[in-house]
Amino acid sequence: MGLTVWTIVIGTTAAAACSLVGCYLVLRRLSLLGDAISHAVLPGLVAAFLITGRVGGWPAVLGALIVGVLTSVLADIVHRRTGVPEDAGLGVVFTSLFALGVVLLGLADGTDLDPGCVLYGLIELAPLDTAPVFGLEVPRTLLTLVPVLLITIGLFVLFWKEVQLTAFDPAHAVAAGIHAGLIHHAVLALTAGVIVASFEAVGSILVVAMLVVPPVTAGLITRRLHHLMPMAVFFATTAATGGTLLATWWNTSVAGMMAVVAGVQLGCLLAVSSVILGERQSRGERGVSPGR
Amino acid sequence: MLRYNTLIVLLGVGLLGAAAGPIGALAVLRRRALVGDALAHATLPGLCLAFLIIGERSMPALLLGALASGLLGVTVLALLSRYTRIKEDAAIAIVLSVFFGAGLVLSRWIQNHTTTGSKAGLDSYILGKTAGLLLDDVLLLAGLAVLVLVVLLALYKEFQLLIFDRDFARVQGWPVARLDLLLLGLIAVLVVIGLPAVGVILVASLLILPAVAARMWTDRLHRLLVLSGLIGALTGVVGAALSASLPRAPAGAVIVLVAMAFFVVSAVARRLLWG
Amino acid sequence: MVPPVLEVDDLNTTYQRRVVLDAIDLSVDGPALVAIVGPNGAGKSTFLKSILGLVPCTGSVRVLGQPIDSVRRRIGYVPQRESVDWDFPVSVGDVALMGTYGRLGWFRRPGAAERRVAQECLSRVGLDGLEDRQIGRLSGGQQQRTFLARALAQQADVYFMDEPMAGVDASTQAVIFDLLDELRDAGKTVFVVHHDLRTVASRFDRVVMLNRRLIAAGPMAEVFTTENLQQTYDSQFVTLDEAIACSATTR
Repeated sequence: MGLTVWTIVIGTTAAAACSLVGCYLVLRRLSLLGDAISHAVLPGLVAAFLITGRVGGWPAVLGALIVGVLTSVLADIVHRRTGVPEDAGLGVVFTSLFALGVVLLGLADGTDLDPGCVLYGLIELAPLDTAPVFGLEVPRTLLTLVPVLLITIGLFVLFWKEVQLTAFDPAHAVAAGIHAGLIHHAVLALTAGVIVASFEAVGSILVVAMLVVPPVTAGLITRRLHHLMPMAVFFATTAATGGTLLATWWNTSVAGMMAVVAGVQLGCLLAVSSVILGERQSRGERGVSPGR
Repeated sequence: MLRYNTLIVLLGVGLLGAAAGPIGALAVLRRRALVGDALAHATLPGLCLAFLIIGERSMPALLLGALASGLLGVTVLALLSRYTRIKEDAAIAIVLSVFFGAGLVLSRWIQNHTTTGSKAGLDSYILGKTAGLLLDDVLLLAGLAVLVLVVLLALYKEFQLLIFDRDFARVQGWPVARLDLLLLGLIAVLVVIGLPAVGVILVASLLILPAVAARMWTDRLHRLLVLSGLIGALTGVVGAALSASLPRAPAGAVIVLVAMAFFVVSAVARRLLWG
Repeated sequence: MVPPVLEVDDLNTTYQRRVVLDAIDLSVDGPALVAIVGPNGAGKSTFLKSILGLVPCTGSVRVLGQPIDSVRRRIGYVPQRESVDWDFPVSVGDVALMGTYGRLGWFRRPGAAERRVAQECLSRVGLDGLEDRQIGRLSGGQQQRTFLARALAQQADVYFMDEPMAGVDASTQAVIFDLLDELRDAGKTVFVVHHDLRTVASRFDRVVMLNRRLIAAGPMAEVFTTENLQQTYDSQFVTLDEAIACSATTR
């Protein structure tokens, strides 16, 4: 298979996994926590690299699960214990952790792991590093990404009812006997895992684009979770495919182009929906006016 | 001992921190901390476009481009949260990631399509670099930092009132919307002049960290502003000096870690002293 | 001829496409203590904010015979206590001093004269000795008094107060009522959004009864009747006494 095809496979897999957990984050208004986690996992990644000598892979995913939950816990502690406003508290924690990761990265004598690789992702190079699976040379990244995607889908299917309830109404979920806090932290851990598995593809900053933009775009069309998720996956995978093709064509950053395409999708849908809503509104007003 | 150039850089970055502290304190109190982060990320496309148009690494041009696209980013942010049902947190994440993505597309395109040795020039703006700062550049940054401080000093009373009680300020007849915009403009200028030393990704924390560290020591606004300015200046000087001896670590990250150390020490000290 | 203190003509306010205030016409002469009453969600607070230009509305509002923007120096305001962040790093003295900012104008800093005014206003509400305390370390009543001191420091002719008695202790309530009497005796007019119907008749001169639209407005004796109360409170009560008793328990 050609390199571009593998790049698209890696990109769409990462985008699908990100947009699935992103739906939950956006609904719970936790988009910025996703942003924070994507920055904060960096020291975990570097630590895993220093210990195992490998970039990414399962040790990094496991390390990230811990750091991901830690980020939200730490931000909560800073906010509650020091009276710093919530948003600034989050800012304090994730930028500090990220800076720590960058400095560690600089101090580690790692030629394999440079800031560029972590920040922007090197999806262009990912297909070159392959491992044989049933006789087929498959990019190594997919060996973590595909299982992470399957686990994500599996967990959402298995705990569908709980996820749905906590996403829309945590208070009611607790009343219904669901441990909302547990689900919440489980989703955050899952988010961290997805972020780390995807960072090689889209990089730690642009993973935010895949987490937040497709679910928001899908949210313009539907407000029901079981429609929202497939639609978000649709927008995410098309953005990944389109981004890869455009970037290859113009010889520029694939990850960056994926984010741009996702942004363009959102812009187009906003334009369309405002036209439709605008018409509905003016029609509505005309309907009301004779009665007054 | 210290070479003349190093001394100039230390002073310049110190002055930058001195302005970042109080402006950051106002930004945090106005709940604009993460808006500043989105603004910082949104500067990247403008930085690259300015480079493409000018064709060389001229700091005033780059900073002007960065300011323009940063302000465009916050405008989009304001439009998204005002005219659509997209929540503010999602809007911040959208602006931050899509603008940054566009910036990456442009910067990679520049690397691959132009020959003017551009890589080093633009990359230093992502995570910051203090070592290569030229005297003229430092003077420009320091001059703008002083300008921001002068405006802040002149309008201290107005900003205090605006942030504490917007409605009351409105009833007294102050043009609150324009004051708020001016404050955002000051934040934007500070983010932009922080870019060369701290970089796109981390510059927002130069605004947040000294401010929250200073907040641990006082609950009066004027003292908070002075103290966060002092902590910011110390952070800049110590950070720039440290990063000179750690050439492998990007300056921005080193500076932010110094700021974090100030915050952690302050938070722990407050708990120990006052419980 | 002295113009009315407040003249409202066809005031309409909508919030998220819902009508909050519907065609309010009102004229109030001063000096007087004016209570604004109505059930929860009647738009009392929005009414104040509409007059002060804090929320978008249509219609015309004149205060002291002029558009609001030309008389802002002569207006004092006490917002609801929940409207600000009490963790904000300012002291009681700082907040009182803010009342003088309107007179000071651009760039000028408060000097000794302004500090003296702020100090006097704090004394009048009984907050002597608390000037340097951070506002978050005050009781609810003390916070409300701080806001009152700030409004006094505005040295205004017309005051608008949004539920100054909500959630305050008995002694603060007494301080506020004494202050209101002082203000009226000094020829000022004070509009107070008020919940406690028990004290309306005894402590105020005029009443404005509001429930999205204006039910009635005028001198207490003429307007504060069972019929008007029933209309204002959607016929929840049969008698005046019952309405008053009920209002005491809602807050």
